[in-house]
Amino acid sequence: MIGQLPALQVVVPLLAAPLCVVLRNGTLAWLLAVATSWAALAMAVVLTGQVLAGGPIAYAMGGWLPPWGIEYTIDSFNVLILLIISGSAAAILPFARHSVADEIAPEQHARFYSAFLLIMTGLLGMAATGDVFNLFVFIEISSIATYAAIALGRDRRALTAAFNYLVLGTVGATFYLIGVGLLYAVTGTLNTADLASRIAPLLESRTVIVGFAFISVGLMLKVALFPLHQWLPNAYTYAPSVITTFLAATATKVALYSLLRVAFAVFGAGYVLERLPTEAILLAIAGTAIVVASTTAIFQKDLKRLLAWSSLAQVATIVLGVGIGNAQGLAGALLHMFSHALTKGALFMAAAVFALRLGGTSLERLQGAGRRMPWTSAALVLAGLSLVGVPLTASFVSKWTIVLAALERGWWPVAGFILVTSLLTLAYVVRVVEALYFRPSAADAPAREAPLSMLWPLWLMVAGTFYFGLNSSIPMRLATQAAALLLGVAP
Amino acid sequence: MNDQPIARILTKALVPLVLLFGLYVQVHGEASAGGGFQAGVILGAAVILYGLVFGLDAAKRAVPLGVLYPASGIGVLIYGGVGIASQMLGGDYLDYGVLAGDFVAGQKLGITLVEAGVGITVASVMIIVFLEFTGRRDPA
Repeated sequence: MIGQLPALQVVVPLLAAPLCVVLRNGTLAWLLAVATSWAALAMAVVLTGQVLAGGPIAYAMGGWLPPWGIEYTIDSFNVLILLIISGSAAAILPFARHSVADEIAPEQHARFYSAFLLIMTGLLGMAATGDVFNLFVFIEISSIATYAAIALGRDRRALTAAFNYLVLGTVGATFYLIGVGLLYAVTGTLNTADLASRIAPLLESRTVIVGFAFISVGLMLKVALFPLHQWLPNAYTYAPSVITTFLAATATKVALYSLLRVAFAVFGAGYVLERLPTEAILLAIAGTAIVVASTTAIFQKDLKRLLAWSSLAQVATIVLGVGIGNAQGLAGALLHMFSHALTKGALFMAAAVFALRLGGTSLERLQGAGRRMPWTSAALVLAGLSLVGVPLTASFVSKWTIVLAALERGWWPVAGFILVTSLLTLAYVVRVVEALYFRPSAADAPAREAPLSMLWPLWLMVAGTFYFGLNSSIPMRLATQAAALLLGVAP
Repeated sequence: MNDQPIARILTKALVPLVLLFGLYVQVHGEASAGGGFQAGVILGAAVILYGLVFGLDAAKRAVPLGVLYPASGIGVLIYGGVGIASQMLGGDYLDYGVLAGDFVAGQKLGITLVEAGVGITVASVMIIVFLEFTGRRDPA
């Protein structure tokens, strides 16, 4: 049965989702979702062990051999993403119960968990598949479930946010599909590895170049890379808190994973980094994105919206690492995906607790909460330190790796830029800290600490950011191996 | 539509035929043109036609939402269950060949079950979308 893990990793949450609808009872659906997420994490951990010990694993769906059938290929890059997705879900679902009970109508609970599991299925599928069309199918599964989940937010503006994302997300997925269609037209195959070998002599053809452009722009819409980010701030602000937390920890990173996988595994590092002016484009876009998104975050009046803009800046930091264009930059970028998932997961969890106990997340409501909700506030501050990239935290390790990569290429301005923009991050974290600790509470402010079932996942995530800040050997090893794999050099 | 005898009588005559045609497309999917998706749409269309002519309440009596929601999930479970079953029997996920004694019989059994799952889910989701949208009242 251990050989069946690549399929089960995706199939188990896929089947748990309809089972939630059949069960109809919110509590049972929640228990099933929690069990599923833990099983998924266990499978991801076993797969990681197998990949670290024995190299990449291939799996033929339905017994149809590649390149005709759909192949799942699991290597160091996949397992890193699988760990991020299933780990986030395994921490967020136990946390979800009180928040969902507060924000979602009771008759919708079972369907809400079903949507959550479908998002998870889609993301896991995107991370596991080795077939460019199957990737599109999973993008659609996760996206459609995401639109539905965002629309369940209790603010009516959640509906327009979901619709906005639906339109832009569909444009993104369609662009990706057009790109895949163009590649299929010249190669006649959809298997990633087969595509890579057939496309090599065709790289100068106009069809392939246009296909690459469509795929890049389509997936960058999903990544929400500036200036294709318009859907994200509203979607994160008005979605149910639990969904925001899960999306912020995983969704944009999995989209970026897909882009990197297609770009490097199909077109090849030489094409992407040398033939096309990718480095210049990515550095310019990411640099602008970091400055614009961080500055906008400083002026936000709502914690969730502030964190959403911060996510845009952090995703841009990951792209910046890719744009540096050497193995260390890429490894730093992949590592930053991991550390940012932990950090932003913890921050949005804290936001979800404030939404539950204070009835909203505007900074005005948060005033003085540092004394009334000490544990949640402290967790928020510690996770905020990791967001800035203070030493001893996970984000420090990943940002430092990116800085070193820039220095390795002799790009002092880029290294300096990363350090200076960390100060912008500090500015908006300080604004939150100021509201929590240095402002008086309103006279009638509610004053209850979060329930324990929400505090332990929150603190687990915070502990994770510090653990991986002190001992980052496993994610670092996976990221370095994955970067070497993508660049086509021996690890 | 009580004052529309032609529409009512035609619908009464058509609905059973459409349902029968839907079932025909369903069971022939594995050997000829057709299959679960098309059959599900046809079956769903029969109920939607019935609802358009005889009203929403009549349609909900014929196929209650309380049945449709679980059915939409059960269809997916049948599909995925076939995959799990083939894994249990030593094949890969959705490797139908191992489901029966010989390879061809297994393939036939597997694809028939999978198409049945697709048909159930597609038909029930079509009807759910119709019932939920037309059942909405403006809040104002």
